[in-house]
Amino acid sequence: MLKIITLAAAAAMSASLPAVGGSHGDGPVKAGFVYVGPIGDGGWTYEHHQGLLAVQEHFGDKVETVYQESVPEGADAERAMTQMALQGADIIFTTSFGYMDPTINVAAKFPDVKFEHATGYKRADNVSTYSARFYEGRAVQGHIAGKMTKTNKIGYIASFPIPEVIRGINSAYIHAKKANPDVEMSVIWVYTWFDPPKEADAAKALIDNGVDVVLQHTDSTAPQAAAAEAGVISFGQASDMSEYAPLPRVSSIIDNWAPYYIARVQAVMDGTWESVDTWDGIGPGMVEIGEITDAVPADVKAEAEALRDAIGSGEYHAFTGPLNKQDGSPWLAEGETADDGTLVGMNFYVEGITGEIPN
Amino acid sequence: MDLGSINPVLLVAALLLASTPILLAAMGELVVEKSGVLNLGVEGMMIVGAVAGFIAAVESGSPALGFLAAAAAAAVLALLFGVLTQVLLSNQVATGLGLTLFGLGISSLMGQGYVGIRPPASPRLELPVLSELPFLGPVLFSQHAMVYLSLAIVVGVWWYLRSTRSGLILRAVGESHEAAHALGYSVLGTRLAAIAFGGALAGLGGACLSLVIVPQWTEGMTAGRGWIALAIVVFGSWRAWRVLLGAYLFGGVSVLQLNLQAAGIAIPVELLSMSPYLITILVLVIISSDKRRAQANAPNSLGRTFHASG
Repeated sequence: MLKIITLAAAAAMSASLPAVGGSHGDGPVKAGFVYVGPIGDGGWTYEHHQGLLAVQEHFGDKVETVYQESVPEGADAERAMTQMALQGADIIFTTSFGYMDPTINVAAKFPDVKFEHATGYKRADNVSTYSARFYEGRAVQGHIAGKMTKTNKIGYIASFPIPEVIRGINSAYIHAKKANPDVEMSVIWVYTWFDPPKEADAAKALIDNGVDVVLQHTDSTAPQAAAAEAGVISFGQASDMSEYAPLPRVSSIIDNWAPYYIARVQAVMDGTWESVDTWDGIGPGMVEIGEITDAVPADVKAEAEALRDAIGSGEYHAFTGPLNKQDGSPWLAEGETADDGTLVGMNFYVEGITGEIPN
Repeated sequence: MDLGSINPVLLVAALLLASTPILLAAMGELVVEKSGVLNLGVEGMMIVGAVAGFIAAVESGSPALGFLAAAAAAAVLALLFGVLTQVLLSNQVATGLGLTLFGLGISSLMGQGYVGIRPPASPRLELPVLSELPFLGPVLFSQHAMVYLSLAIVVGVWWYLRSTRSGLILRAVGESHEAAHALGYSVLGTRLAAIAFGGALAGLGGACLSLVIVPQWTEGMTAGRGWIALAIVVFGSWRAWRVLLGAYLFGGVSVLQLNLQAAGIAIPVELLSMSPYLITILVLVIISSDKRRAQANAPNSLGRTFHASG
């Protein structure tokens, strides 16, 4: 029985292989999306799916979209991408950091299919990378957090120790500290992007330890619910999470992928697609700051909005010296700003954060 | 060791609650496996319980009704597995895996429109006088009702399997279905009842997540807890007390490690993150290390199909 299935699968694969090489011709462009969580997570994957829907709406029947949810990072991701490529996808968006090597591997086997990997740093002739400068939004959150905490303890639910997450922790801490020199930050690493009960438990552990402002870099809204129950403050992550406004959610970082996705699909249609590295922030609108609610005092809100606008216009950089690394060694001199190379590979905490980054 | 800002009362209260979903699901699976059936669909039954309980609680405004609906919905799903494997004699492993996939899919379908809604609050059960005792009061006598119910179920299952006639029949069916059948006991009836019971408990565990712990509905929110429950049954060598210990160890160390991180204790995070798995497996393997006895405890007919005419 197994043999028959294998044979059938092999036959199906070899039958569909030649079709992959050809261009899409007059048919619709097929765009595939690989998601790390369910589209109903209310956060990260939800926003990527909003991007897919925007592509579908923008191009109508000129585009065909497919997606697969909850694809584990690792070997299974290669299977999902291969399957999409075999089904004739012209462009495949792989939307989690852990898909980096699988994307590169699969892209090597399908040179005519375009791949777009989110938040990674490995590119190839048919692999682009794109990400958003979430750390710019973290600066605004950090400022509000520093002003709003009464216990002077803020907490951060971190997923995996990768540069993207570390940048967010540093940016939030720097701006919380500027707003409130007495602030301390606790970081909990949960080693998952999506595990609502664990995210809730992490939020409760922070709150039980005296934290009254919770920031999260995980994908579900579970920490929001925990914050609501405990009466502390939180921020929407990746998506607006406005169902938790005005409290506990006092603001949010919204990832707006739609313009990028539309532009990239358009490039495939026009035959102008090239491998590029895109890293946009508040200015171009890839990162949006969700409405700051009335739970935040008017002066703090005005400061936060001024900070947002200064970052957006390029007048202020979220990593501006003087800044030292955690061990006290100098990193940025007075007025110096961090270069993208350092930020992309950021693997250190800034001075003042206690605890160690796991390897 | 300086525990910094960790409050032991809050910690113990948190770990009792955090362990409850896994404990409930594992107790259900224990009974199912004792009857000789291997149901790998625990994850699917939990998530269906989570969504059904959430919907019922939101629509009726009553958490109690939510829990009832969760148990009922998951039991129905379990009976689907029961009919397929016991009546139509399909492969238990494949059907169980299918049940998990089916459960995850149908739950996200059922949950459309319930994302971002807050369920009615499930109040803690404050036992009069006792809950005001210092330390012990908040820990032992001010928990959510499901914590007490899950402990009552552990005692009930232990007593049922050990001391009742019907429990003896269930074990006999699990040890040797041919012999039980020859003695005139209904293998099919016993197993279907066990499967439904296991489903109901998994459903209660799922509803604990969506109504008390998280509390909200999110697709895929069980995030692998059903598989942990399955593992705990095996490592706990099919004994109710060891399963209880395993569930509390896993839930306890999970909560403890998050608290240690929050308090900034200088233990490497990698070590802390793997500690729930490491410690639970280690302890259960050590207490079950007498190989002969552990094997004697594993149901002999586990996972084997039974056909009366055979």
